[in-house]
Amino acid sequence: MKPSRTLATARRVLRQLSHDPRTIALLLFVPVLLLVLLYYVFDADRRAFDSIGASLLGIFPLVTMFLVTSIATLRERTSGTLERLLSMPLGKGDLIAGYALAFGVLAIVQASIATGVAVWLLDLNFAGSPWLLLLIALLDAILGTALGLFVSAFAASEFQVVQFMPAVIFPQLLLCGLFAPRDTMQPVLEYISNVLPMSYAVDGMNEVLQHTDATGDFVRDIAIVGGSALLVLFLGAATLRRRTA
Amino acid sequence: MVRGSRTVIDDLSFDVAPATVTGLLGPSGCGKSTLMRAVVGTQAKVTGTLDVLGSPAGAAPLRASVGYVTQDPSVYGDLTARQNLDYYASVLGIPRRERADQVTRALTDVDLMSHADALTGNLSGGQHSRVSLAVALLGSPRLLVLDEPTVGLDPVLRRDLWDLFHRLAAERGTTLLISSHVMDEADRCQSLLLMRSGRLLAADTPQALRTRTGTDSVEGAFLHLVDEAREAESNS
Repeated sequence: MKPSRTLATARRVLRQLSHDPRTIALLLFVPVLLLVLLYYVFDADRRAFDSIGASLLGIFPLVTMFLVTSIATLRERTSGTLERLLSMPLGKGDLIAGYALAFGVLAIVQASIATGVAVWLLDLNFAGSPWLLLLIALLDAILGTALGLFVSAFAASEFQVVQFMPAVIFPQLLLCGLFAPRDTMQPVLEYISNVLPMSYAVDGMNEVLQHTDATGDFVRDIAIVGGSALLVLFLGAATLRRRTA
Repeated sequence: MVRGSRTVIDDLSFDVAPATVTGLLGPSGCGKSTLMRAVVGTQAKVTGTLDVLGSPAGAAPLRASVGYVTQDPSVYGDLTARQNLDYYASVLGIPRRERADQVTRALTDVDLMSHADALTGNLSGGQHSRVSLAVALLGSPRLLVLDEPTVGLDPVLRRDLWDLFHRLAAERGTTLLISSHVMDEADRCQSLLLMRSGRLLAADTPQALRTRTGTDSVEGAFLHLVDEAREAESNS
């Protein structure tokens, strides 16, 4: 791995996006619109909005970066650019870190806008520091990037890769504590939710919502999200092969 | 060489002379692309010995000195031609101060300077594949492996590109291995590898092939050799 190649890859990914303003607009503003929608859905119950809104701030970066990365890397695999890059002196780590870096930057912008709107316009009351929110959002985005990169290896077309969204993301969404507290679920489901990384992304957001300082639970949550992201990135690297059939 | 359940290339042995243009000719599906992927080192399940520039094919030190162009242009459609080249140049490790010059030279070589800042995906098919070719010229590779680089191009452009290939061999000492299924391009090569169903029919200069088979074109020579091979198969 060489930093210059990692940075070049990240810059290339961002340049590709810069030619596609519509995708950028959708990435940045759809989460905001959904938060506003939710604000009026919970018109009569502002406390419910606080908890669900905070959870969503953790879920958005994961879901959007998952989608963007899975399609982008699938294209890379099917267009022959991946084969070409791997026939050049590019480390697999350079490619993966480049993607993680580019989408990490994007996630920071996305999370800043969404958090800003939630806190200032929608009166979402956070006890903790907005920096901690951004930290979780960034780790979530990297986890989403990692998962997207990994599943793109198992899809032969864009039709298939978007089907991984309900397969990989929805179960985590249902079990992460957004719909019902995790400790009230059927025990088997609770156990499953304990091993799904999105649960910790949502828990971490709620820790920041309720506590002024970074609690021990918060540190555990971000360690788990970050660790899972790293693990899946390594799995993703293993799916990149210099020689293919 | 086994691909899927099928042996695509079998019992094949050849040498390519340095600083020459070698044509790899044969009908579609005869294994040309697979052989080229093996030379570049992206083909899995290659058995036997395959040395490229003194190292085993696909060895790490070769990655910066072998340029490879696939049949389908492998460049980013959502970047401009210049941005594509700029990225690949940094992947190849070309120092920043030389990068802009190298990119300009490669774009000039393939006659694309007028479209350097157009989005690659909006270019015509021929221009698109020339962006892909320009990427392979970056960093002055010692070996260029080009899979059907002139397919779908107009006659003027095809002539210009063949002139470029010969200039690269003569002036920069580049070795070129170029595949084609169009036999009339064979006469532009200094030596030829004729393939059919994964086997090498002949490896010689175009002139020697014509003389040996008593024909007046490479196409004639190829057909002659195919008939010979078929006869040998049916007799055995």
